[in-house]
Amino acid sequence: MHELGIIVHVIRTVEEVGEENHLTEVRSVTCEIGEVSGVVPEYLTDCWQYARRKSELLKDSELKIEILPGVTVCEDCGKTYSTVKYAKQCPYCESYATHLVQGNGFSIKEIEGA
Amino acid sequence: MKDFKVIEVKRSIFEDNNADADNLRAELKSEGTFLLNLMSSPGAGKTTTLKRTISMLKDEMKIGVMEADIDSDVDAEAIAATGVRAIQIHTGGMCHLDADMTRQGIREFGTKDLDFVVLENVGNLVCPAEFDTGSTKNAMILSVPEGDDKPLKYPLMFSICDVVLINKCDTLGVFDDFSKEAVKERILKLNPYAKIFFVSAKTGEGFEDWADWIRTEVQSYQQD
Repeated sequence: MHELGIIVHVIRTVEEVGEENHLTEVRSVTCEIGEVSGVVPEYLTDCWQYARRKSELLKDSELKIEILPGVTVCEDCGKTYSTVKYAKQCPYCESYATHLVQGNGFSIKEIEGA
Repeated sequence: MKDFKVIEVKRSIFEDNNADADNLRAELKSEGTFLLNLMSSPGAGKTTTLKRTISMLKDEMKIGVMEADIDSDVDAEAIAATGVRAIQIHTGGMCHLDADMTRQGIREFGTKDLDFVVLENVGNLVCPAEFDTGSTKNAMILSVPEGDDKPLKYPLMFSICDVVLINKCDTLGVFDDFSKEAVKERILKLNPYAKIFFVSAKTGEGFEDWADWIRTEVQSYQQD
């Protein structure tokens, strides 16, 4: 259900970009999904199949997904590590003073259209 | 044959929402309306907690409640019975509210004359944590029967909340494996600035401190 909200937002944005660029047809939309964004790619594709048909511009388009890895930085030792593997605690110095630098986002990277 | 080309977009969906949320926060600030985004799992006691909170504060400040629900208005009816203004926002199947939906609710509701508005988010510990609603502060309720391990399972929710209410403390005798110390430690590890109150919406235990927090926050928000 979460994914449906995102797709609605994506379609709205692509339609805006399509209008600005005078597109009449979009062949594909590439999205970059953070590994720890909580977004499930399979659900996203399902929602896309449902929602694209309602848009004249996007009805025959494909959703392409690229995964961006989750990276956390430690504020104490300054090293970065995989968020999925080690979560909140730094594997190098065991500090909990860490924060995510990449991987919780969701963005539209590019559109292929005419 | 159409000439297809690639257009770089580079628009972040979450960032769009974050920017929109910041705008809404500024709009609310200029109106002097404090918006509290209240989150929890279904059945943690959001509506009961609200009813008791309202009864303690309604003579001191103008309160409004926006109930977000997938599809029903039982909660808005319960809140309206306390005498404060309430509306129901249907999310139409969506599992969370974003800033745009919150703004639509706020505008329809008309909050300009209100001091304190509570947005009762959809009962869910995952999705609402990921979308900034534009609220002034975030609060969540964790009830004792849910277990003291929830901060470990839903870290994002606990890390974005300014306040955590541990509700149903009257049942600690029954759920005796729930450790107040453990839950506190787990929350503070994720979020060192979180304010934690142990309460019971049923008996009223701990509500004075919670009401004081609201009084102080709303007052300082409206003064600066």
